[in-house]
Amino acid sequence: MAGPLEQFEVKPLLPITVGTTDASFTNASLFMALAVALVTIFVVGGMRGRALIPGRWQAMTELAYEFVAGMVRDNVGSKGRQYFPFVFSLFMFVLFGNLLGMIPYSFTFTSHIIVTFALAAVVFVLVTAVALARHGLHFFSYFFPSGAPVATAPLIIPIEILSYLSRPVSLSIRLFANMMAGHTMLKVFAIFTVAMGVFGVLPLAVNVALIGFEILVAILQAYVFTILTCLYLHDAIHLH
Amino acid sequence: MRGRFLSAAVVLGSAVATAAVAAEGQATKAGLPQLDPSTFAPQLIWLAITFAALYFLMSRVALPRVAEVLETRADHINDDLRRAEEARTEAEAVMQAYEKALVDARNKARAEAVQATDFAKQAAEERERAAGATLAQEASEADARITQAKSEALGRVRSVAAEVAAAAAKRLGGFDVDAGKAQAAVDATFGGRA
Repeated sequence: MAGPLEQFEVKPLLPITVGTTDASFTNASLFMALAVALVTIFVVGGMRGRALIPGRWQAMTELAYEFVAGMVRDNVGSKGRQYFPFVFSLFMFVLFGNLLGMIPYSFTFTSHIIVTFALAAVVFVLVTAVALARHGLHFFSYFFPSGAPVATAPLIIPIEILSYLSRPVSLSIRLFANMMAGHTMLKVFAIFTVAMGVFGVLPLAVNVALIGFEILVAILQAYVFTILTCLYLHDAIHLH
Repeated sequence: MRGRFLSAAVVLGSAVATAAVAAEGQATKAGLPQLDPSTFAPQLIWLAITFAALYFLMSRVALPRVAEVLETRADHINDDLRRAEEARTEAEAVMQAYEKALVDARNKARAEAVQATDFAKQAAEERERAAGATLAQEASEADARITQAKSEALGRVRSVAAEVAAAAAKRLGGFDVDAGKAQAAVDATFGGRA
């Protein structure tokens, strides 16, 4: 029987090599592409009627749009408008990645640290670039709050720098760990269900509850990832 | 500006991620599939391709459509609200004009009633005055006629009295009295009384 970690294995579907680099189209790539396709279908398909009074699908699309737009407006402010497409793409990409992973036999690309870390690194680099572009060298005042006594500087500055640098780490590990732990647990209980025969109904019942919980986690973690991105953008635009 | 930031962020982020996790991955061999460094390159490459595609599709194609529909709706609602406000103002203006017309009409009616009453009063007074004048004239004419009739009657009484005196003198005294003398005697007796 397959172990609980086998679901995380990356398998090449179409081997591609660029130079010496392996660029194979894998099961992870497939689900990334699927997520992009589904998000695009969801948004473009929902708006195909461009109805003044939205139908069900259009209402869902508008709901997603208003949800992320509200998040950007409330947490970043009016200057955050130009980053809205990025935040929306990020939210939908992570959300669909998480939810696609809930389909049995599918692959959860957000359960891979390299993927979540790359996304977090994109956020980190973008946020730092925005802060530097807006404030120039004044950006470095971010690491020392204006009200603090100068004597505390040797303590505060390293702490602030460390906390700033740990942002992409915590952002990526939070998403990766949540997805991986949830999926591993589902698989463990599924193995129990098969192994215990008639008594397998007990772990099955646990799994039913866990799936509901995991769907909640899938949505919640996409939200957390996005709202933290918004808060970092807010810091970059307004400093403290 | 924004596009350049993002592509720079993607490239830099991928590089940072590869370096950081590759170092960690080499330490633990074949444990978690997530820490197998041989999967990093294809994952990062396809993540960059798919996420860039998603960002492009969202920012250029999908989101402007949603924004357009939402803007159109907001405009429509604002337009309707503005029209409703206009209609309300117009209705208020019409109402005020109506009330003003009502007040004007009432005032005019009152003025006309006063005028009509005055006119009628004046006409009545004139008629009364005309009637009074006619009556007075008739009365004075009648007076004149009475005075004339009276003096005529008195004149006749004097000549009758003179004739009676002459006739009485003849019968009693047996002499003729001249008619002129008798008349003079009667007139002297009456004096200026008649």
